[in-house]
Amino acid sequence: MNLQSEPVWLLVSLVAVIAFAALNAAYLVWVERKGAGHIQRRIGPKEVGPFGLLQPLADGAKLMSKQLLVPKGVDPVLFKVAPILVLVPAIMSFVTIPFSETLVGRDINLGLLMIFAFASVNVLGILIGGWGSRNKYAVISAVRAVSQNIAYEVPMLVIVLSIVMVSHTLNLNEIVRQQAGFFWHWNIFRLDLSLLMPVSFLVFFVCMLAETNRAPFDMAEAESELIAGAFTEYSGMGFGVFFMGEYANIVIGCALAVILFLGGWQCPFGVASGWWWFLIKLYALIWSVVWIRWTYPRTQFYGLLNLSWKILIPIAFVNLILTSAQMKLDNLF
Amino acid sequence: MSVFAESQTQETFVVNLGPQHPATHGVLRVKLTMDGEYIDRAEPILGYIHRMHEKNAEVGTWAQFMPNTGRMDYLHALAYNFGYSIAVERAAGIEVPERAEYIRVITCELNRISSHLLWFGAFVLDLGGFTPLLYAFDDREQLLDLLETVTGSRLTYCYYRFGGLYNDIDENFVDGSRAFIKRLRSRMPMYHNLVTKNIILMKRLIDIGPISAEMCRKYGATGPVLRGSGINFDVRKNEPYSVYPELDFDVPVYSECDCMARYMVRMDEIDQSMRIIEQALDKLPDGPIKPEKVPKLIKPPKGDYYAAVEAARGTFSIRLVSDGTNKPYRLKLRSPTFSNLSLYEEASKGMLLADALALMGSLDLVIPEIDR
Repeated sequence: MNLQSEPVWLLVSLVAVIAFAALNAAYLVWVERKGAGHIQRRIGPKEVGPFGLLQPLADGAKLMSKQLLVPKGVDPVLFKVAPILVLVPAIMSFVTIPFSETLVGRDINLGLLMIFAFASVNVLGILIGGWGSRNKYAVISAVRAVSQNIAYEVPMLVIVLSIVMVSHTLNLNEIVRQQAGFFWHWNIFRLDLSLLMPVSFLVFFVCMLAETNRAPFDMAEAESELIAGAFTEYSGMGFGVFFMGEYANIVIGCALAVILFLGGWQCPFGVASGWWWFLIKLYALIWSVVWIRWTYPRTQFYGLLNLSWKILIPIAFVNLILTSAQMKLDNLF
Repeated sequence: MSVFAESQTQETFVVNLGPQHPATHGVLRVKLTMDGEYIDRAEPILGYIHRMHEKNAEVGTWAQFMPNTGRMDYLHALAYNFGYSIAVERAAGIEVPERAEYIRVITCELNRISSHLLWFGAFVLDLGGFTPLLYAFDDREQLLDLLETVTGSRLTYCYYRFGGLYNDIDENFVDGSRAFIKRLRSRMPMYHNLVTKNIILMKRLIDIGPISAEMCRKYGATGPVLRGSGINFDVRKNEPYSVYPELDFDVPVYSECDCMARYMVRMDEIDQSMRIIEQALDKLPDGPIKPEKVPKLIKPPKGDYYAAVEAARGTFSIRLVSDGTNKPYRLKLRSPTFSNLSLYEEASKGMLLADALALMGSLDLVIPEIDR
């Protein structure tokens, strides 16, 4: 059987992508809880299996066996559609992520564009969930999530635009291929392409935290203000799917950061590149996301918007202009 | 940077914050009339944990009310024990031996530190920082273990008796207290570096939630709220009781009137309490912990008596009316948080929801003490 034949590869990649997303969502919860435990000088989950490794399975069984409560007064269709709208786009985005040169679901030329298109659907899911819940806390949270996502999508896209300009392609695999060799060929260190590359990585990372509603920007789920935000009325697997969607989005965000800035599956020393390097970089970045969550208090909502509109967006545009000027100069001489 | 809503004729909506809400730390219910995320009116509604403590006092003997005092402000229970003991001792004319007074001050201040540590953790938790809570609890745990060895309980203490104490302290307690102070001294810089100087925390506290001295006067706010508004008032200094006049300590006062000022007052009070405990441990005299003779059944002479102490949240005072029998005729309690909460409606007007919750956290509310 030819694995590369069209229908077989479609099926294999679909199953693999869903399995990868689900496995990551489950075990990132474990990483999060274990990491939080050690940061807070406690042990974290330890009862279910060795080091609590079976905890995600127990959690999953609990969530699935619980009744999916649909409270009176909610909009039943929107209420049920919302979790799916959060999870499915995140899983779709995995299709174009190049884990290695050959290990990629679909090596399409518009991969980057596709990921951003699907990432914008995510916030729609939160909005619909909050609105459909008919709960005042949920509505406040949904509105916050929308304005936050709009505010942070702008600098993120402008930063990505400058990367696209220097690499002349939207194909993720091609972007990684251009960063071959030692680690100073990674985009983050390519000062010859744009002087502000490290800064733009930082801006991208901050925007990624905000896009995925992670602390310190977890406005949508500010538990001390809005109880559980848009997810207040959800129970059982409805809540579980939201959760999986959140973690899948973190993986996507970190994967993009690795691909665009940190050389994707390229080895830092130019030998034995492959999917293992991609995963090492990916999980290192995800760990830093967990680390940040358990270290910082939550920002103020207007502080968050100020950060985006007054600091990050100007930096992003300056970066864009500088990059284009630098490209023009390179062409001249 | 207090942001006031433009009061155009917009639709407002009502949100019930509580009685079960993660930020109200108990069964406080605040009825919020909101204009978007701005608060138009925040009306605290009480009564969810009313237990008739004042009426309870009238049906039992004087001594039987003592355990009730530990169940009002369960975080600084010893100050309430202290206040009630002083009031009854004044009424019945009971002398307290010096050793007992010193032990009272030591245990009361240890309890104040544990109360402030818990507030510190819970306040940062309100602001979305989860981790400091567990570090503060780690320290507080040592304190509770220490107090448990002499008082027999960990939270709702009933340690003081009229004229003295239930139990004497031993070498282990003295050494334990000194070891704890040494430990906490080494931990305070860590708290300041990781939490106080955190840029996000500073942005959320500085210039947020202004409470002016005038507002404090209007509503009778006391304690760290008042001292965070620039007024130097501390019952331990202004109406000295027990052996506080013999101990050297400062009253931290900040005049910025914002959440950060109240935060800093409490953090500095932890340092001052450690100073008080160290001095009291050095000066601790030998002797009895109870007077020679205390009548089994106390019958204070007819009259009106008053006592006030500085609890962790402000001035706690008691007015006693005795009709000469073995039961109080009337016992009126003045608990600090009730007054501190009263100013919430005025102070939170026009604030954003998240800022208003930071303000609420900075008031350090203990609900069972508001609803007695």
